[in-house]
Amino acid sequence: MKTYDLIIIGGGPAGLAAAVSARDSGIESILILERDKNLGGILNQCIHNGFGLHTFKEELTGPEYAARFIEQVKERGIEYKLNTMVMDITPEKVVTVMNREDGLQQLQAKAIILAMGCRERPRGALNIPGYRPAGIYSAGTAQRLVNMEGVMPGKEVVILGSGDIGLIMARRMTLEGAKVKVVAELMPYSGGLKRNIVQCLDDFGIPLKLSHTVVDIEGKNRVEAVTIAEVGPDRKPIPGTEERYTCDTLLLSVGLIPENELSRSAGVELSPVTSGPVVNDGLETNVDGIFACGNVLHVHDLVDFVSQEAAAAGRNAAKYIQGAFDQNARRVRICAEGGVRYTVPSYVRPSEIGDMLTVRFRVGDVYKNHAIAVYFDDQQISRRSRKVMAPGEMEQVILTGKQLSQYPDLQKITIRIEEA
Amino acid sequence: MFDTVIIGAGVTGSAIARELSRYQARILVVEREEDVCCGTSKANSAIVHAGFDAEPGSLKAEMNVKGNRMMDQIAQELDVPFKRNGSIVVCTKDQDPAGLEKLAERGRANGVPTQILSREALLEKEPNLADDVTCGLFAPTGGIVCPFELTMGFAENAVMNGAQFSLNTQVRSIEKSENGWRLTVYHRDTQQEETIETKTVVNAAGVYADEFNNMVSAHKMHITARKGEYILLDKTAGKHVSSTIFQLPTAMGKGVLVTPTVHGNLLVGPTAVDVDDKEAVNTTPAGLEAVQTVSARSVRNVPLRQVITSFAGLRAHEDGDDFIIAQAQDAPGFVNAAGIESPGLSSAPAIGVRAAQIIRDILHLTLKDNFNPIRKAVLRPSSLSLEERNELIRRNPAYGNIICRCEMITEGEIMDAIHRPLGARSLDGVKRRTRAGMGRCQAGFCTPRTMEILEREVPMSVFEVGKNGIGSNLVVGINKEV
Repeated sequence: MKTYDLIIIGGGPAGLAAAVSARDSGIESILILERDKNLGGILNQCIHNGFGLHTFKEELTGPEYAARFIEQVKERGIEYKLNTMVMDITPEKVVTVMNREDGLQQLQAKAIILAMGCRERPRGALNIPGYRPAGIYSAGTAQRLVNMEGVMPGKEVVILGSGDIGLIMARRMTLEGAKVKVVAELMPYSGGLKRNIVQCLDDFGIPLKLSHTVVDIEGKNRVEAVTIAEVGPDRKPIPGTEERYTCDTLLLSVGLIPENELSRSAGVELSPVTSGPVVNDGLETNVDGIFACGNVLHVHDLVDFVSQEAAAAGRNAAKYIQGAFDQNARRVRICAEGGVRYTVPSYVRPSEIGDMLTVRFRVGDVYKNHAIAVYFDDQQISRRSRKVMAPGEMEQVILTGKQLSQYPDLQKITIRIEEA
Repeated sequence: MFDTVIIGAGVTGSAIARELSRYQARILVVEREEDVCCGTSKANSAIVHAGFDAEPGSLKAEMNVKGNRMMDQIAQELDVPFKRNGSIVVCTKDQDPAGLEKLAERGRANGVPTQILSREALLEKEPNLADDVTCGLFAPTGGIVCPFELTMGFAENAVMNGAQFSLNTQVRSIEKSENGWRLTVYHRDTQQEETIETKTVVNAAGVYADEFNNMVSAHKMHITARKGEYILLDKTAGKHVSSTIFQLPTAMGKGVLVTPTVHGNLLVGPTAVDVDDKEAVNTTPAGLEAVQTVSARSVRNVPLRQVITSFAGLRAHEDGDDFIIAQAQDAPGFVNAAGIESPGLSSAPAIGVRAAQIIRDILHLTLKDNFNPIRKAVLRPSSLSLEERNELIRRNPAYGNIICRCEMITEGEIMDAIHRPLGARSLDGVKRRTRAGMGRCQAGFCTPRTMEILEREVPMSVFEVGKNGIGSNLVVGINKEV
């Protein structure tokens, strides 16, 4: 069986950044496995700009952002395989892969980084009633058709869900000649970034209807009309509020799900909140030597943060391979409370974090004039006021090694949202 | 001049075509849709009923029990996934267990073995039964089957043995002619009308069978479309139950079943609501809600967060409440296979034989000596060993290229589905033959890739590639030109 020190599953932004950082941390034997025909992952179809403001201090398109990392991978001579599907991963880190040239093959890794990204929730997950004709697409599928194949999935469009891809596609479909009639959002707030609502909807006069959902889809062969209705606080449609839109297309941007089927086969513990692996500060899962980063870990808004997280995973995997990763270090749980839905990581090893650790999380509701408070056991450590926090924008707190070293008996860290 | 024209390429029409193809006969199957298996046959419980439920002495009982017994051989000959997982009818606290006894009695009359089991015995088989379940009727011969594969299997095997299929073909009228019957059909793809002469007609038109019968016979038939809505759950939920769990009927209705599918998903449904529109395969808020709520009566903690799709099918319920498989009394040579609602899928093998015998006797057909009963399904690489699979990929690298990542379906399988008899011409056609697009992402990922393969292999223009035939095109133009 062929062996590698590090196998990285996925050649999108997370996999690429992890590979670069692992190589820079001294790991020679690295293999990136990518199922598509190019490196770069979903960035290849994200032809809009706005990527890389944090990392490169300039606005790049998705393919441009990916190209910067692809270049770094190529400069370093890191091995990768395209058009290659990972079929299985075992807890012993045997990776079964398949492609046209090599057939079905097994590879042994010392460490694995999971960087498979996420997939879109389909219509079925929402139990949207109606017919099942052609013309119902997840926003990402439509994005691929338009941006990579150059074909239009429809002319008159209703969009359900105001996640970022849905917003971006509202603008893209409009620019390519379609009429986007409305964007309906089940929640009383948008799931996307504020800037996307402004630049993709407001600038084009596309109405956003919050607290609305699709209650009927008509058309036997192709979508002919979509009916939306307002929902109450229980998120159930309110009778009498129905509005019918004739259209030939319904795009769904109703959530992303980290794609962890392979993680499961490797015995990786998953969080019911994020659907991603439960990790410690080193981004290591419960399975020895298997790390995770990017959207497979938790869904991000900004690729810059994916790259940062993946670089950390690469460094830690390198440490693990070099025998310098202390898994037996004492660990402290981070508790997400009072409006904080989850944190990544879930555990901290105070002796291992070095200078500082970024803990990322999402809130469960919109909070105006609230503060993010951090507690070490019962002691408040920090408190930062925020004008607005929303589920669509990831938040973070920084823990420092210095702070942690002052609490040798620390039992738990709590992060919660409090009134300012 | 055909010996017989079969109207409808659902599981019933296809089974009849296959049985008739044993004989020296010119057979034509006409189907309104772009593919076989597009009506009731594609949207049902996918169950092979044991046969204890049908009224003793009814045609439903006879066909169900015979069809069930034939299913092992049929599945083997036609390479169709089939499993006898057993079925259980559960009785809950508020119900009289005498209802189970009645079913067991029917089973005895129909020749179907059953056994009444205590809650404890049931829990050993099915730990996820609801807390209120007190006892149940176990029928070991109940099974699950892939309804798509069963229909494809019949249809493809019929083609292999000389039957012809005309898809996208709608029957507009049927008239008596000198030597039999004259059908006027409309080809939906070429928009041409055509007249077809045949000695006999088999009416296997599902919810529309009454219309065709009533064109030729004074013995009027009336079929009601009875809608059944379902939810389908991810394979991660597929082991929630291992048998098919039915509910003892209540005053509120027959209840819903919870069953694994033969491919490992979990299926919950159906509702039963009569509808006026025979095209109304839409799901409804009330229906989807009911399926979820009612399922909890028999099975606890159905992981409803794992729903990947929902669908509805229409049962063809005839007023007489039984199958009608007979020559119309006042229309010699016009044979009905009508009112085929549940247990129609289970009965299909037996209905095929019965209807073919009727035609044989009318036309005095003789058996062929070269009938080949064996049909191979799309080759499934996942069923091969690592070495076999690598050999396959060496011979055809397309088998090394995964297109549908949820179900792990390769390009080779999709090409096989396109190039076989009655090959796939649409996304749904590919899906029903290979399962590409049937998984948890519901074709989000593989749609553009499958479109490309259809474009190349059929070949067809990207603007012709549809979800399910005429008018279901997936793209409407190129960027900036719509």
